[in-house]
Amino acid sequence: MHTFLDRYARWIFPLPALIFIVAMMIFPLGYTLWNSLTGWSLSAGRPPTFIGLDNYVRLFQDERFQGAVVRTFYFTALAVFVEMVLGVAIALFLHRDFRGKRVITSILLLPMMATPVAIAMVWLLMYEPTAGIINFVLKQVGLPRGMWIGANDTVIPSLVLVDVWQWTPMIVLICLAGLTALPRDPFESAIVDGASYWQITRHITLPLLMPTITVAMLLRSIDALKTFDIIYTMTLGGPGFSSETLNILTYQYAFYYLHFGYASSLLVVFFALVLGVSLLTTYLRRTVEV
Amino acid sequence: MKTRTLIVTLIVLLAFVVVACAPAPTPVPPTKAPAAPAQPFKGTTLRVVGANHPWAEAIKPLLADFEAKTGIKVNLELYGEDQLNQKLTTEFTAGNSDIDAFMQRPLQEAKVMAQNKWYVDLNKYVKTDPAYAFDDFMPGAVGTEMVGNVLTGIPIVTEQQVLYYRKDLFEKAGLKVPKTLDELKAAAEKLTDKKNEIYGFVARGQRSPAVTQFSSFLYSFGGDWFDLNTRKATLDTPEAIAAFKFYGDLLRNYGPPGTTNMSWPQAVAVFAQGKAAMYTDASSIYPNLLDPAKSTVADKTGVAVFPAGPKGQIMYNVTSWGLSIAAQSKKQEAAWEFVKWATSKEIVLKTQGDGAVPGARTSVWNDPKGKAKFPADWVEATSASAKGRGYDRPLVVQVTNARDIIGTVIVTAIEGGNVEEAARKANAEFQKLLDAEK
Repeated sequence: MHTFLDRYARWIFPLPALIFIVAMMIFPLGYTLWNSLTGWSLSAGRPPTFIGLDNYVRLFQDERFQGAVVRTFYFTALAVFVEMVLGVAIALFLHRDFRGKRVITSILLLPMMATPVAIAMVWLLMYEPTAGIINFVLKQVGLPRGMWIGANDTVIPSLVLVDVWQWTPMIVLICLAGLTALPRDPFESAIVDGASYWQITRHITLPLLMPTITVAMLLRSIDALKTFDIIYTMTLGGPGFSSETLNILTYQYAFYYLHFGYASSLLVVFFALVLGVSLLTTYLRRTVEV
Repeated sequence: MKTRTLIVTLIVLLAFVVVACAPAPTPVPPTKAPAAPAQPFKGTTLRVVGANHPWAEAIKPLLADFEAKTGIKVNLELYGEDQLNQKLTTEFTAGNSDIDAFMQRPLQEAKVMAQNKWYVDLNKYVKTDPAYAFDDFMPGAVGTEMVGNVLTGIPIVTEQQVLYYRKDLFEKAGLKVPKTLDELKAAAEKLTDKKNEIYGFVARGQRSPAVTQFSSFLYSFGGDWFDLNTRKATLDTPEAIAAFKFYGDLLRNYGPPGTTNMSWPQAVAVFAQGKAAMYTDASSIYPNLLDPAKSTVADKTGVAVFPAGPKGQIMYNVTSWGLSIAAQSKKQEAAWEFVKWATSKEIVLKTQGDGAVPGARTSVWNDPKGKAKFPADWVEATSASAKGRGYDRPLVVQVTNARDIIGTVIVTAIEGGNVEEAARKANAEFQKLLDAEK
């Protein structure tokens, strides 16, 4: 008996974790995949019977889906770009020693710890064109007031602003950790050679930090693609459909229209998209490895 | 590692996993033997799920009396309207729900939920106790709750579309309360002062929420969602397009910025902050406008009947909320005790008389105590609306989907886009939805 356990210990020990992963990840994925091949809809009164790839055919012809994909990428690209630039800059700023560094770092990390829905509700109030505080302050200062989430062309940048406010600290955190792990030698020899701060930053710090930056970008991109809470709370895809990203679209079909089969096919395509983006980012990381 | 230690560690780990993963035991309510015949359900706990609505606020303080009378404890959970719907749907679909009674919007959810057999047919309960006086309920209100022959719920809130207006602004401009939609447009134009941030008109403009408040405009222009006999969609008829354009123009020219993102909480905020002169919405939200604690213009707000359009004065007069019993509930008899109590003459007199929630019992409306908390002009406006149409949204099963389709035309109209094209496209989509349901 004990030779059996000794021999197979390395399979037996991970078993609980393995069961958990299968139950929590593989089963839902498989069930969604299966649902996407049925026409299940509670509102149209269709039971979950097999209909093959009909949902996917309908999906790719759906204008609303195409629009949602474009908007998802627009939101993600804008959000991740701003967050990376700001995040790396703030991390570089925080990397040296100065008075009050601990306090400033703690304050800068606060947005990340707050609840997304609560944040979204506060920003919703602030963004209100007539009664909100942002437009009020802008008017006092004499600047033109904005429509923010009330107009088609400003809604996604306004949502991106909220996302940037909340998640830039995460990039800062990751990059700070990366900066502290950098070797000291290249910096010391550069200082001896008489390089300026900007030269050091451009030619030594940033290239060495690239792996960390790409990891941060990967993590943030995956989350940004799936952003749900702030969009749901603030606009629910509106005005019209101009802030409807894939996640919101899927939620509409699943929980408002109750078309579970179609929503499942949307989810499978969405999953493939997120997987594709993460694979692409991982590939990019390999190429910038110093 | 010694084998014994290995085995012990494994067993401890597995036990830990099993205990951690085991579902939490659902507490079984202790059912004591009935102490007296008057309390057969003593000790039962009911789970009632409702919406953040003045009715729920009015019933909450009365629950203690209910428990004292019947021994039934009621756990009332309240959510926002959309979240309530999603919660009910998710729990009922999962199949093992412990929801006993819930608030529902008959026009929004009755058909879908009835289709999935989530309601207990209340016909078998309502006639059992003559003291309950089921015939006292307004026939129109009861009709909204019927799906086929199933009584899906008891109506608890009724509402009509009315016009809220600022008495002081009208007086200052020397204007009279508009009796027709053209007069409304003229008044909105005169009262809009964008420099001082006063807007002549505010209303819902968000894709789905706007549909119900646009309905009265549509009806008064001679339009409707679809022909109930031929099941032909009528969103692109000249009457409908005229209505869409009228509503969109009003909001675009005389409304505050950002109306396409406004449901009633946002529109109420604009009016209650004194920034709008007129506001068309449901009669049931007036506590938010006439309560000095919530509105800066509470004493300056007047209520008028919805103005007449070119083809008539047709506003909606609907049952907005009902109380239902879940088919999956294991305590249906106790749940009926709760529903019976909450919709009894005595309690409706309290929720309507004290809580100012417009109910559906004729006797309570005829009782002066039942009208005490409503301002005189509100009572006048709502009584004049009794002849209104019994639905404020298309009577289909997939109401949410339909509202989104129609809402896009409203949003296009507000933004000043091509309304004819949007209406034609929406009509085609809506027709597909109608065909799929028959």
